[in-house]
Amino acid sequence: MMNKIEIKNVNLYYDKFQALKNVNMVVPENRITAFIGPSGCGKSTLLKSLNRMNDLIPGCRIQGEVRLDDENIYGEMDVNQLRKRVGMVFQKPNPFPMSIYDNIAYGPKTHGIRNRTELDEIVVGSLQAAAIWDEVKDRLKKNALSLSGGQQQRICIARALAVEPEVLLMDEPTSALDPISTAKIEDLVLELRNTYTIVIVTHNMQQAVRVSDRTAFFLLGEVVEYADTDKLFSVPRDKRTEDYITGRFG
Amino acid sequence: MKSAIKEKAFEILFLLAALSSTAAVLLICVFLFANGVPAMAEIGWFDFLLGRNWSPQDVPASYGILPMILGSIYVTAGAVIIGVPIGILTAVYLARFCPPRLYRRLKPAVDLLAGIPSVIYGFFGLMVIVPLLRELLGGTGNSMLAASILLGMMILPTVIGISEAAIRAVPESYYEGALALGASHERAVFFAQLPAARSGIMAAVVLGVGRAIGETMAVIMVAGNQARMPDGILYGVRTLTANIVTEMGYAADLHREALIATGVVLFVFILLINLCFSILNRRGERA
Amino acid sequence: MNAKTSFMNGAASGRGRRSSQGRRRPDISLLLRMVVYLCAGITLLALLLLIAYILVKGVPHLTVSLFALEYTSENVSLLPALINTLMMTGLALLLSIPPGVGASIYLTEYADRNSKKVALIRLTAETLSGIPSIIYGLFGMLFFVTYWQWGYSLLAGAATLAIMVLPLIMRSTEEALKATPDSYREASFGLGAGKFRTVSRIVLPSAIPGILAGIILAIGRIVGETAALIYTAGSVAVICRDLLSSGRTLSLHMYLLSSEGLYTDQAYATAVVLLGLVLLLNLLSGRVAGKLTKGNE
Repeated sequence: MMNKIEIKNVNLYYDKFQALKNVNMVVPENRITAFIGPSGCGKSTLLKSLNRMNDLIPGCRIQGEVRLDDENIYGEMDVNQLRKRVGMVFQKPNPFPMSIYDNIAYGPKTHGIRNRTELDEIVVGSLQAAAIWDEVKDRLKKNALSLSGGQQQRICIARALAVEPEVLLMDEPTSALDPISTAKIEDLVLELRNTYTIVIVTHNMQQAVRVSDRTAFFLLGEVVEYADTDKLFSVPRDKRTEDYITGRFG
Repeated sequence: MKSAIKEKAFEILFLLAALSSTAAVLLICVFLFANGVPAMAEIGWFDFLLGRNWSPQDVPASYGILPMILGSIYVTAGAVIIGVPIGILTAVYLARFCPPRLYRRLKPAVDLLAGIPSVIYGFFGLMVIVPLLRELLGGTGNSMLAASILLGMMILPTVIGISEAAIRAVPESYYEGALALGASHERAVFFAQLPAARSGIMAAVVLGVGRAIGETMAVIMVAGNQARMPDGILYGVRTLTANIVTEMGYAADLHREALIATGVVLFVFILLINLCFSILNRRGERA
Repeated sequence: MNAKTSFMNGAASGRGRRSSQGRRRPDISLLLRMVVYLCAGITLLALLLLIAYILVKGVPHLTVSLFALEYTSENVSLLPALINTLMMTGLALLLSIPPGVGASIYLTEYADRNSKKVALIRLTAETLSGIPSIIYGLFGMLFFVTYWQWGYSLLAGAATLAIMVLPLIMRSTEEALKATPDSYREASFGLGAGKFRTVSRIVLPSAIPGILAGIILAIGRIVGETAALIYTAGSVAVICRDLLSSGRTLSLHMYLLSSEGLYTDQAYATAVVLLGLVLLLNLLSGRVAGKLTKGNE
């Protein structure tokens, strides 16, 4: 098993507040890694630092290294290229206020694909990969905002897949959705595991158990424990992890 | 690398666009002052600003703009006396008394009042207010009073808009607190909410003053425009703005520069008013 | 909703108070209420009176000859002035929209909100919006007409008006850009799009209704403007042939007509056309802005 991402001695500050404390971690390739922990523990912050979305937050400073395929993403790497390789799905579905087709084609067009047939193929392929093709194939010209929340979220996943990323970051992708939509997304995530390296932040421990191979437990900006998911949930080594997963905590 | 250059280029382009407003203010200041200030010096500061006689055609000509300064101040004061109480109370109505169904119709109407061109106001004043004053009070009707009534009308949307926002910005707790002490709706609004909104309302008044003192066409059409010391609300006056427009068409040399200098005086007034407005606004935000 | 409940509360408590302790003190609540209603009434009445008066007096005089292609002292046609107004509006917008929209993009998307640069830009934009149109007119005369030697011309008038409406366009565009959800920006950046692409393809298109509403208001200002044009565009009553020829707009035409005092009927009719134009623009702006709020729900 290859390591896709290596996180080395990462400290992250919002102005004076330290949000991440000396985080060290490796994310394996073609596996699903889950980040869990109470709110404000830094799990979303770490996720965002993996494709430098935290650059957008004023006053955010980061120390240490994040290496993607052994290249420091905070070094020479072009940030737009990084985000093409490391895609992101957000907590709330956020399709653009344009047609379904244009939503999916936006990413490839951004990266220079202009050929119409090529774009068509990418759109169809991405929608199929995101398991929403059958639901929208007759209305690709319709505004994406007319879809239901669960469908919107799968459109967002398709949109992320359309730029052919290597890693997919998912920031609580089902927290705004109903249980049926949640189940569909979880199935989809498991299917995508074969082709992508996935990091998923979730507040739902059952979800972590259901989908992930590895789980990291965060508390107050620190990684308390990082292990195979079944081990972490059955025989946690740290008392704090045990308290959290048994519900005695936060 | 290429994309980074492109991004930077666009950022600079947008920055330049943003600096266009700064450049405009700078150019306006430079051109007005450069053309007006030398004339003031030539005429003599004292003779220009405090001279009671404006007769550029006489030999020797005199360029005293005190009549116009006073004219502007009096007309504006009249507009404030007429327009501000009505404006503030209309704002109170809109913010606190108006049922929502009616509000949806009234608010656009008030906005429309701001959209009507000044020539239309002026024409209305000329055709309705001036003859009315002539009938009721004698004289020609073209008077300080006519200009004040018309300007009072014209500053309504400014006063209403900003006062309403200020009243709405007062926390609901002020109102509820007063009600809990047994005050009626009216008392709660007038004695608890309105005082709390006072700096916003002051800002509304100041901006209204700015609008009134800068208004040109409507005033020219009803004020009579006699360049002499104002001597009563039923007599004609000339404002600073009217002075510029009525004579610029045929003025030359020092006369022309004196008119530009009149503009400079008006501009300084406006800058001072703007300053007051932003100070009041900032105080309103902090409160 | 809020206003309604407080209105009802007010009515109820007002009644309660009067019955319990109204005898002890003369009740000024009723008086206050009457004064408030009266003033709101006066405001509304002023507006209605003005519009009704112009319409009643003007509509009967809307004759065909008023729309003759050529102005003569007999027909006092408003058509040349109307056509000049359209050209003036188009040119002024052409000159003011790019810097206005660009400036708002800089302020909302690029600038550090607390920087000195931003404070300066905001201060000057605020100053511009407080300057009366006669000052713009004077400046236009000194700068465009004299210094650049454009003479009284369409171009000098339009350039002057462009500066005048710049703060208006900046403000409405900025509000529209701020109303665009951050989640759109995040999504675009997350796909590896750069700042310019995000702004031009995602943020700007979704802000278009708000920008449009502001532009329509700016058109209203331009159409109604007189003082800024009298010594920049001049007052010739012919259709402008090119950028450097002089021509009066509808508002200026209206002013000259009524100050001559010979064509009262025609002045009323011209006022109807001008007022109609402004009413239409106001209505349109409200519609477009309404669509914006609905679209964002």
